Order: sequence, then structure tokens, then C-alpha cells
Amino acid sequence: MEPFTLIRPRTLDAAQTRALGAPAERVYKAGGIDLLDLLKEGLARPAELIDLRSLGDEHGQAMRALAASDSGWSVGALNTLAAISASALPQAYAALREAAGSAATPSIRNSATLGGNLLQRPRCWYFRHRDLHCLKKGGERCLADGGENKFHAILGGGPCHIVHPSTLAVALVALDAQVEIIGAEGPRRIPVGELFALPRVSPTAENTLGEGEVIRGVTLPAAAAGQRSVYEVAKEKQSFDWPLAEVAVALSVEGGALRTVRVALGHVAPTPWRAVQVEEALTGQAPSAELFARVAALATQGARSLGDNAYKIPLVQGLVRAALHRACDVPVPA
Amino acid sequence: MSERPKLTRRGLLRGFGTATVIAGCAKPTAEGAAGETAQPEDLPADVVAIGPGAAPLSLEINGSVRSLEVAASVTLLAALRDHLDLTGSKEVCDRGACGACMVLVDGVPMNSCMMLAHDLEGRSITTVEGLAIGDTLAPLQSAFIAHDAAQCGFCTSGMLISATALLRTGDSKDRSSIAEGMAGNLCRCGSYHHILAAIEDVAGVQGGA
Ligand SMILES: Cc1cc2nc3c(=O)[nH]c(=O)nc-3n(C[C@H](O)[C@H](O)[C@H](O)COP(=O)(O)OP(=O)(O)OC[C@H]3O[C@@H](n4cnc5c(N)ncnc54)[C@H](O)[C@@H]3O)c2cc1C
Repeated sequence: MEPFTLIRPRTLDAAQTRALGAPAERVYKAGGIDLLDLLKEGLARPAELIDLRSLGDEHGQAMRALAASDSGWSVGALNTLAAISASALPQAYAALREAAGSAATPSIRNSATLGGNLLQRPRCWYFRHRDLHCLKKGGERCLADGGENKFHAILGGGPCHIVHPSTLAVALVALDAQVEIIGAEGPRRIPVGELFALPRVSPTAENTLGEGEVIRGVTLPAAAAGQRSVYEVAKEKQSFDWPLAEVAVALSVEGGALRTVRVALGHVAPTPWRAVQVEEALTGQAPSAELFARVAALATQGARSLGDNAYKIPLVQGLVRAALHRACDVPVPA
Repeated sequence: MSERPKLTRRGLLRGFGTATVIAGCAKPTAEGAAGETAQPEDLPADVVAIGPGAAPLSLEINGSVRSLEVAASVTLLAALRDHLDLTGSKEVCDRGACGACMVLVDGVPMNSCMMLAHDLEGRSITTVEGLAIGDTLAPLQSAFIAHDAAQCGFCTSGMLISATALLRTGDSKDRSSIAEGMAGNLCRCGSYHHILAAIEDVAGVQGGA
């Protein structure tokens, strides 16, 4: 790793004052898991790492908190995946606990934080290769297009074809979470989906954060009555591995009919991907195996294989079905 | 592009000892002192800055406090192996994917290759060297020997660390929960069955080996 200075501010204000005006030079650090990876590969060469874990002010406390609030639940950005997985989050938000307990390995989950998980860079092997200069790094073209693209996007891709790496983001999109952001101009709040940008809008950055902005945490809105949520994932290896595809579903059943359905897909598109057509086709219907089999195909409408990743189309459809069966307690037909 | 942090007067004083030296030293000397740790001049005094050069650090490792001087960019694994002669923790993937570098931090297993040594100040670290008590091996270590759980041995220290944590938290009630807890430790020799049997043995799993 290139030398750098480790900065330990005690207040968010001091951290932001330090970060402003030097975007690539001074970067925030949380658990450091993705950052050290990028530094070791020479993909990032900051002069200073500003540690968010040293914050001791009220923002620092909020970033470590995980608690019920007036309007739902707040999960601070510095919570580790292990802490979220083992937390007291109610069953309505189980998808987030399941996602946090499934991502990475048990020991990585002890360091990796929610904020860093949302803002980690893509795992695309062309992007991560120190000697390759792809579109995402400001180069001419996407090397996955016409290259080895087994793990790349089937939806929303182009001109770059990464899949978004964040497992927690998928659960948060299904749970309709809001992200609390603090910038130089004060706080703002956006739906988690708006934190991410497709490559056609922003080829070199995956998120829409402004300079110096910090994610303070996410808020999960009050759960609908009887809300259930689940997370399903397929990996090449059953124990720890990166997802091939993942699905989170949140829904409630009211008078025998499905209500407030949200379905999010992961590792199939450059952002967490909402399957709106599936949501619409389910809403108002009575849950059944036939219904789930029928709507699952809608999840991949418009999907396109790049050559090596066609398998993701039936895979993610299957995950949608599995998630719906589990969320609704409908037995999977033999 | 913003300017990189420079040495401050205070830093120079610390580095050279006397004010008279400073009078004769302009910026080039300060630049030449790269490796010194000094507060960047535009940083408020209450914000701690470490590095970029070697900076003093004390770490509590296996019950004793060790002092060393390392750069901000030195990982805990490098500090253990290259500065403290504790080579039990292994460097294999160096990316947090294999678990060979695992240590306990306040009892919790973590990948030492993905942590900065300076971030561990004030924490209690246990490496594989700290599992035995004197010459007496921990029951888990004895079980690894009895079950022939090591072939090349590169993953063994990480396996022992993960398993120690698992036995302490009690998430070792059956083979599947043990396997889940050990998911971050890879063994290229494929000794998983022997390793899991050794852990089951110590955990007292019914039906275990
Ligand atoms: C073996 C392995 C397997 C993995 N598998 C998975 C997986 O299956 N699914 C998955 O989702 N991830 C996986 N990961 C990735 C891992 O979860 C992320 O690297 C981790 O969550 C990053 O969090 P961090 O706290 O370490 O972030 P850091 O590395 O500290 O930071 C990452 C980025 O986020 C920024 N940042 C962090 N916090 C904030 C904040 N609050 N506000 C503003 N900016 C911030 C930093 O500036 C940096 O740019 C895996 C990693 C490893 C090593």
C-alpha cells in the first residue's frame, strides 16, 4: 500500500471540513474492508483516510445506534453486518437481518459496516484488475462487453455492465428504506434506490453522494400490519461466496390478498433492481404457487444475456418464487 | 488537486529538537523528513493524525503489551509477522477471503490482513500463539492433533481462532452451525472433515466423531 495519513476526527464537522475540497485525496474509512482492498490493488491512492469510527459527537452516536424510532427503525451507518444480523430488528424487517447474516464471511461481517457496504466499489474483475483501464475507470470501453461476463448484468447494463455488489442494498430497497445523508449544507433524506445511479447516467461512480457527504444511517419505515420480508440468494459455493443473484421481498397479506408488495433483485443489474412488474402483478391477488410461478417471469422482462450470464435469467426467477413462497408460507409444490 | 499534508513547526520541533535548527530549515528539509509523523498544518490540534511515516503504537497481544513503531498503512497482520515476530497468523490471500490471518479482537474473530495496526490500539488481541497456556495446549489444539486436522498447516491457525470463538459463543451445537461459523476459513488441502470433527469433539456434539 502507498503511504497515507490516518486522520481521527472526533466530530462529523471536523471530518467533513477535512474531506471537502479533496475528493480522491481524502477519503472516509469505516470498517476498511473495501478500502484496503482498493488500496492494496492501487485502485485508490488517497493521501489521507478519515476514520468515521472515531466520531464521538451526536452524529457518531447516531451512526452506531440501532433502535426503534417514531417512524420505524433507524440503523446507523457504522453498525457492522454482524451486529445487524444479530440485532433485535422485528420480524417485519427480517430481510435485512438475513441479508446481513448472509453477506461475506462471519469474520468479515465483524468489521464491515452498513455504510461501507452500500458504498463499496463493484467486484467486476476488469474493474478490480490493476492493469486494465476499463470504462468505469475512465477508459474507452467496458471490457465485459464481448469479454468474460459470467458475473455481469442482465438488466440495466450499458455502457458499463457491472452488477452492484451490495447485498444490504437489496434488502433495503425491498423495505423501502430512506438514507440519511449529511453534507456541508445540512442533512437530506432520500429513498435508498436514489443513492445508486446506472452507468448510463454515471459511468465511473455507482452512487449519487456529493463531495464530503456522509451516510449517517438508514431508516426503515413503520411496517405495514402483518408485514413479512425475506432474502434469498444463490451462490456457486454454499458456504461463503459472492451472490450470483439475490432477491428480497417485503409484503403483507390483508383479507387474503397481497398488499404493499416490494420486490428487489441483486447482482443482476448495476444498481439494486426493483421488479415493479412483479409487484404490480402480485398486488391484490391471493398468494398461491400458480401465481408465483406466473409472475416470476416478469422479474426479468427486458433482460439480455451478454454471452456467459444467460443462466442468471432463470436463476433470479427461481429466487423470486422461492422468496414469495417463504414470505407467504405457501409450500413449494413437489 | 489539494496539497498533501506538510510538516508543521510543531512537527519540526519534535523531529529536530531545537528551535535554532528550524531557523535554518526551510521547506525542503521538511519534505525530506517524509516518514516522520506530524500534524498536518491545516488540521485542528484536537484531530489526531497518524503517519504517513512510522509512529509509535502499543498493542495488547496475548496478555502482554508490546510497543512498536509502524506506518499508518501497516496492517495488523504485517505488524504481527514483520515487527513482533508472531508468525503464527499467516498471510495467504491478503484480501480477507481465506481466514489464514485471523485473530481475536476483544474475543471476536477478525481478518488481520484487512485492519490497520494503529486501529487496534486499546483493544485486546489474541493470536494463535496465545491459545495454549504455557506448554499446555488448549483442548481444541489437542483435538486438531488427535483428528489429524492439519495437512500443510497454513489454514490451521485461522481455523483454531475461528473455532475458539465459535466454542465461546456456543454457536457450535451441531455440524451445520459449526460449518456456518467456519465459512470464512478455507483449507486448500480439503481437511474440512477432520477439522469439523475436531471442533465437534471439543464442543461435545452428539453423534460427532
Ligand atoms: C471475502 C469477502 C466477501 C464478501 N462478500 C460480500 C457479499 O456477499 N455481499 C456484500 O454485500 N458484500 C460482500 N463483501 C464486501 C464487504 O461487505 C464490504 O467490503 C464492506 O461491507 C465494506 O464496509 P466497510 O465498513 O469495511 O467499508 P470501507 O471499506 O471502510 O468503506 C467503503 C467505502 O465507503 C465509504 N464509506 C464508508 N462508510 C461511509 C459513510 N458512513 N458515509 C460515507 N462514506 C462512507 C468509504 O469512503 C469507502 O469509499 C465481501 C468482502 C469480502 C472481503
